[in-house]
Amino acid sequence: MLLRLTPALIVTLLVGPIVAGVGMVLLPAFGYLPALGGDALSLAPWRALFAQPGLAHSVAVSLTSGLVTTAVSLAIVLLFLAGTSGSRLDRWLRRLVSPLLSVPHAAAAFGLAFLIAPSGLVARLLSPGITGWERPPDWLIVQDPWGLSLMAGLIIKEIPFLLLMSLAALPQLEVPRRVAMARSLGYRPTLAWLKVVAPALYPLIRLPVYAVIAFASSVVDVAMILGPTLPPTLAVSILEWFNDPDLSHRFLASAGAVLQLGVTLAALAGWWGLECLARRLGRRWIDAGQRRRGEGCLRRIGKSAMLATTLAAGLGLIGLALYSVAGFWRFPDALPDTLTPQHWLGTLPSLGGPVSTTLIIAASATLLALLLALAALENEQRSGKYPAEGRLLSALSLLYLPLIVPQIAFLFGLVVLLESLEARARMALVIFGHLLFVLPYVFLSLAEAYRRFDPRWSQLARTLGRSPNATFWRIRLPMLLAPVLTAAAVGLAISIGQYLPTHLLGAGRITTVTTEAVSLASGANRRVIGVWALVQASLPLLGFVIAIGVPRLLWARRRGLQGAP
Amino acid sequence: MTSHRLDLENVDIRIDGQPLVALDATIGPGEVLTVMGPSGSGKSTLLSFLAGFLDSAFEARGRVALDGRDITVLPAEERGIGLLFQDPLLFPHLSVAGNLRFGMPRHTPDKSRRIAQALDDVGLEGFGDRDPATLSGGQKARVALMRLLLSEPRAVLLDEPFSKLDTHLRQEMRELVFDHLHQAGLPSLLVTHDRDDAAAAGGRLIELAD
Repeated sequence: MLLRLTPALIVTLLVGPIVAGVGMVLLPAFGYLPALGGDALSLAPWRALFAQPGLAHSVAVSLTSGLVTTAVSLAIVLLFLAGTSGSRLDRWLRRLVSPLLSVPHAAAAFGLAFLIAPSGLVARLLSPGITGWERPPDWLIVQDPWGLSLMAGLIIKEIPFLLLMSLAALPQLEVPRRVAMARSLGYRPTLAWLKVVAPALYPLIRLPVYAVIAFASSVVDVAMILGPTLPPTLAVSILEWFNDPDLSHRFLASAGAVLQLGVTLAALAGWWGLECLARRLGRRWIDAGQRRRGEGCLRRIGKSAMLATTLAAGLGLIGLALYSVAGFWRFPDALPDTLTPQHWLGTLPSLGGPVSTTLIIAASATLLALLLALAALENEQRSGKYPAEGRLLSALSLLYLPLIVPQIAFLFGLVVLLESLEARARMALVIFGHLLFVLPYVFLSLAEAYRRFDPRWSQLARTLGRSPNATFWRIRLPMLLAPVLTAAAVGLAISIGQYLPTHLLGAGRITTVTTEAVSLASGANRRVIGVWALVQASLPLLGFVIAIGVPRLLWARRRGLQGAP
Repeated sequence: MTSHRLDLENVDIRIDGQPLVALDATIGPGEVLTVMGPSGSGKSTLLSFLAGFLDSAFEARGRVALDGRDITVLPAEERGIGLLFQDPLLFPHLSVAGNLRFGMPRHTPDKSRRIAQALDDVGLEGFGDRDPATLSGGQKARVALMRLLLSEPRAVLLDEPFSKLDTHLRQEMRELVFDHLHQAGLPSLLVTHDRDDAAAAGGRLIELAD
């Protein structure tokens, strides 16, 4: 039966392109690419790579941004969860997780850039009153050479991701009981959480954490907006070499991509070292048995850091909106003198094409991902075989493969492969490329609701004489409509935010709002960027509006489904 | 009323080679066989086996025959065995009538009239369009019973169907359920840990050991 083949199909679909892509990067990296005259293996690409000026700096920034971004994001998430007390602020911050997660990386990065730039919102709010500046200072804050603004931009986006993953894992841990037990032994609540919940939570979110490391050490779009320029991060350099009109630079780019794999692996290995260190220090801290020391301090750090990053993301979006309608806006003024629809009107004619392309790609990739995920989960239900969770080497962890192997390292080998096969259906290739990244998220988002679904509903339908198929269509699917639509919204958001797969597999000829917005990063008018980035940020919200609205409309007269997950 | 017979022939369910439940019994038309035992005695495993949902971790031997026809290897939907759970489990996305209609065999003539009649029988006339979530516990239990009967099963399994009801409703539902099953001539197997259930069922009683 077709259904039984889906797990194998999914694994092939995810693993095949990655293996093929990495393979097609390795060959040219050692000089072999007959199409470009590379007939023999050589180390010439590597010599050329190491002769590139500033390579060490690029590598250092990529490596540190991978580790620092992850460490800071994880620390903030854990401290916030430890100190959360169910106050109104806490609930408000938690509720903002999903919308923040849906904001594409590029839009969030632009928002941050507009916020912290020397002539940005923060400087305007503080000037001239506090700073005394009458004109923007000549500082390189955005695109600083150490990648600090890059890391800040990534942290803003990775916090909601890790928070959501933690919130999904926490119910398994019986947190209230654990904390109550520790509190009865005299531990203050925050310390109780950190000492008895955090050590159990970490193994459950380890794979998402690794995905953050890999992403932060190899990201392209955010680095083009916030990262250093001379030299840029390794991933951006690779893309520049790849796009070089001189095709012989492809060898250089391939060697760079292999180096990127190494850098990401090194970041993961470095993290593993940090894990060991943290485990040892953590155990000593737990053994020491302090029950209250540092409690207030830790709690305040967690809460204020979470508040700060959420505000930064929110203000950034407001900044984008403000710039997109700003007329004349003199420097220290906090608000523009005049508002104008001119930038929107000017951009509108060129918006239509990219917006519809974006939506077509996102809808196709999401639909395919939903079909595959539903088929795999339904197969799981019918066969009664569940993949072992939690183990690092289970089928489930293969889902994380596209999220852990750096995009630039395999996508670009995939392009070389497709070029040699003369594959021309660019749109289909881009959709397929997006599917690689959409499918893991759709599956992970849907799996929980699907596996938690009370098996008695289907058993009941079967004893009432309905076939497994009828049970799926008439019982399981309608009752799981809300989580299915939420998974679809997640898929849409992931697809809309993709830059590299669209850019590379579309050979630069397929324009989405994301490729358009990112291409404006180098020196375009801030007001135009504001328009594009805002459009990019609002498209995914559409999906979430549908995901929340449709079940409410459809089940308006069915109270039993109102509070459903 | 038509009459049916359920035969359990040398049913023997094991896990990891250890015997869990063994049963050999014939349940005649309108008769209720009660199986009692503490939790962990394999009551629900026995029901899963009879209904066709046995987890592959268990090994089952023996034969189940309904009206003389071997149904041991048939899929659940073709066995003709209906189930009544602890909870009424009315499908939340269907109306009350939709729930009743869902279980009716495809070619049943005059579905709407039968549904109205069934609701009438249990004092719920005019409830067809209602959202099941707005019904009281007792009303839900009655709809669940009618859904089971309208699906025209040839035998019925009862999985502690009264354990979650209030005390005053419990006696009322016992009478209602057993009356209907008796009238319909259905062989039934009741698993419970409540002695009053067994007494109300009035049939034979088998006690499972730990």
